[in-house]
Amino acid sequence: MKYLDEFRDPALAEKLLQEIRQTATRKWVMMEVCGGQTHSIIRNGIDQLLPDTIELIHGPGCPVCVTPLEVIDQALAIATRPEVIFCSFGDMLRVPGSEKDLFRVKSEGADVRIVYSPLDALKIARENPDREVVFFGIGFETTAPANGMAVFQALQQGLKNFSMLVSHALVPPAIEAILQSPTNRVQAFLAAGHVCSVMGYWQYIPLAEKYRVPIVVTGFEPLDILEGIRRAVQQLEAGRHDVENAYPRAVQLKGNQPAQKMLAEVFAVRDMKWRGIGVIPQSGWELRETYRDFDAAARFRVGDIHTQESPLCRSGEVLQGLIKPNECAAFGKECSPQTPLGATMVSSEGACAAYFQYGRFLTLDKIQVQ
Amino acid sequence: MTNTLNFENWTCPLPLRDQPNIILGHGGGGKLSSDLVKHLFLPAFRNEVLESLGDAAVFTLNGARVAMSTDSFVVRPLFFPGGNIGDLAVNGTVNDLSMSGARPVYISAGFILEEGLPLEMLGYIVSSMAAAAKIAGVQLITGDTKVVDKGHGDGVYINTTGLGLIPKGVDIGPKKAQPGDVVLVSGTIGDHGMAIMSVREGLGFETADNNTPLQSDTAALNGLVTDMLAACPNIHVLRDPTRGGVASSLNEIAHSSQVGILLEESKIPVNPAVRSACELLGMDPIFVANEGKLLAIVPPGCEEAVLSAMHRHPLGARATTIGQVISQHPGLLLVRTGLGGTRVVAMQIGEQLPRIC
Repeated sequence: MKYLDEFRDPALAEKLLQEIRQTATRKWVMMEVCGGQTHSIIRNGIDQLLPDTIELIHGPGCPVCVTPLEVIDQALAIATRPEVIFCSFGDMLRVPGSEKDLFRVKSEGADVRIVYSPLDALKIARENPDREVVFFGIGFETTAPANGMAVFQALQQGLKNFSMLVSHALVPPAIEAILQSPTNRVQAFLAAGHVCSVMGYWQYIPLAEKYRVPIVVTGFEPLDILEGIRRAVQQLEAGRHDVENAYPRAVQLKGNQPAQKMLAEVFAVRDMKWRGIGVIPQSGWELRETYRDFDAAARFRVGDIHTQESPLCRSGEVLQGLIKPNECAAFGKECSPQTPLGATMVSSEGACAAYFQYGRFLTLDKIQVQ
Repeated sequence: MTNTLNFENWTCPLPLRDQPNIILGHGGGGKLSSDLVKHLFLPAFRNEVLESLGDAAVFTLNGARVAMSTDSFVVRPLFFPGGNIGDLAVNGTVNDLSMSGARPVYISAGFILEEGLPLEMLGYIVSSMAAAAKIAGVQLITGDTKVVDKGHGDGVYINTTGLGLIPKGVDIGPKKAQPGDVVLVSGTIGDHGMAIMSVREGLGFETADNNTPLQSDTAALNGLVTDMLAACPNIHVLRDPTRGGVASSLNEIAHSSQVGILLEESKIPVNPAVRSACELLGMDPIFVANEGKLLAIVPPGCEEAVLSAMHRHPLGARATTIGQVISQHPGLLLVRTGLGGTRVVAMQIGEQLPRIC
């Protein structure tokens, strides 16, 4: 495939890997910000080809994962209403709210549909004037322009039966929050190429300066990622902390300005809760006043659903190996596979679920949790 | 405020596994499907024949080794580039039998028709079935018709049963893969699933060379299997990777045989249009359904003979070796990537979903 195969060439990848191996003289920790990059790293086995000197930390740039629990619960409440056709990108259907996911409410009779673009949801709204059509508008700066366009068009066309449940997150404030965290180990960032293709990368220049951290705008194909890592290592070894663009075929300093204009027209910045992380100031978008009529949370009065992630759950410490599942006070009491408080109890592969099913007093290495 | 943020403990929320209702994923050929079989159907009906969990049940009747399989077809739309629900039903049934090494002989068909279905449409579907049966050399010997209220079905559902005879000396089954065996595929993967998706979702993927729509690969594989068995009666495993794709089939074989399977990603043939469509949707062809392809696991000594027999058959013209069976990592499917890294390819929980990014 043109523009893809060129960036998957094994011989060139090996050359970049060699250079990374030779350049890195000590251990460096870097974060690939975007979930798409993480996916590509794992899918291509890049993590195993890198030398031990490079540690990649997977960043919080997965829109599905960071969408707050309460927004999923709001989505489920809206989707359950009989007059609603609830439209979503496919992979949101499987994300659990506090009790259910969209697949389950669909099986209970809700009209939940997978669409490939928010503009498809607009079309469904035009074709079903007697139904309320709601689009689940999640994601980062990358998916925001199309979502903004859908709301913009809905206003232009006077579509009264369309609305959007908006939970848009912004990348630069999250990077800054990571850098301010007292436990931060990240020494360099591979910035998310697709976000930068929309927003540009000028925002990162003051961040790199202030926190003295190299930031390399990086694409998604194997060679893009290796080139991003190579440049980050070069900077770290040389003691530099610049912003570099290693994805120039898609990204310019100022980004896509017509898209930004659309975003500024439709969205306003607000504080945002990130699932599993917490509230990051000024890290999200909501609909501006002009477009409030299209806000599904207000239209269906679900704005007062405020689900808290359980304060009892210590899955984070379990995942880090700091405590055993049965050392958590909620284990087997408030928390079980039927009523999970955290991800580790949700999945049958999770450490807590494995403990629950296979005996509470065995050690993890005996269970061989994968 | 940022001091209270939790970046160390951050994880992805994992999908729910314990669903109290049937969700679409239970029919996706992934873990939900297999859980349903293992925890509901198998305990209820447990017997020796069922326990082998092959594409077809294999048993002895009056001295003859018989293969029997059943399948239901609920494809939407009923007509798609390359076929329709009728020839798909015949070919699918024939293929399930063929994967046990059986020569398919008879099939049955139960039709569940929705009130209002144009008779002309049913006529077309039935004549496609007849044509497919003729090509495959099977006879449809019994059937049933039911009609449901309008709105209670998608036009036509077809349920089939197939019966075949297994020749002497043939012993094929999901438990028979051995370390050292090689893994063959009969041609490009993912064609059927992406062709259906292309028309169902109105995406309209076309091939690059002549702008024709992406075609389903639906075809009966019994002729190809006969030629392969003639070249090497000692084929260990055959499987047609339908829903859940190559990844689910090989995961099941790795699990049943308690071996590891290592694929070379660069050797897996994928039609360029399928590859592009998968890239666009964030899907992996290795999980996409096929309806006219087979996977064969054969002893290393047979590799060349089987491959050349496949190459002589029109449905195996692009057959190739894609991997091998290994003794390490029993129960797991591994893929060596184009760059030389490896990754574990686990079964999907339900069906593969288009990714947001």
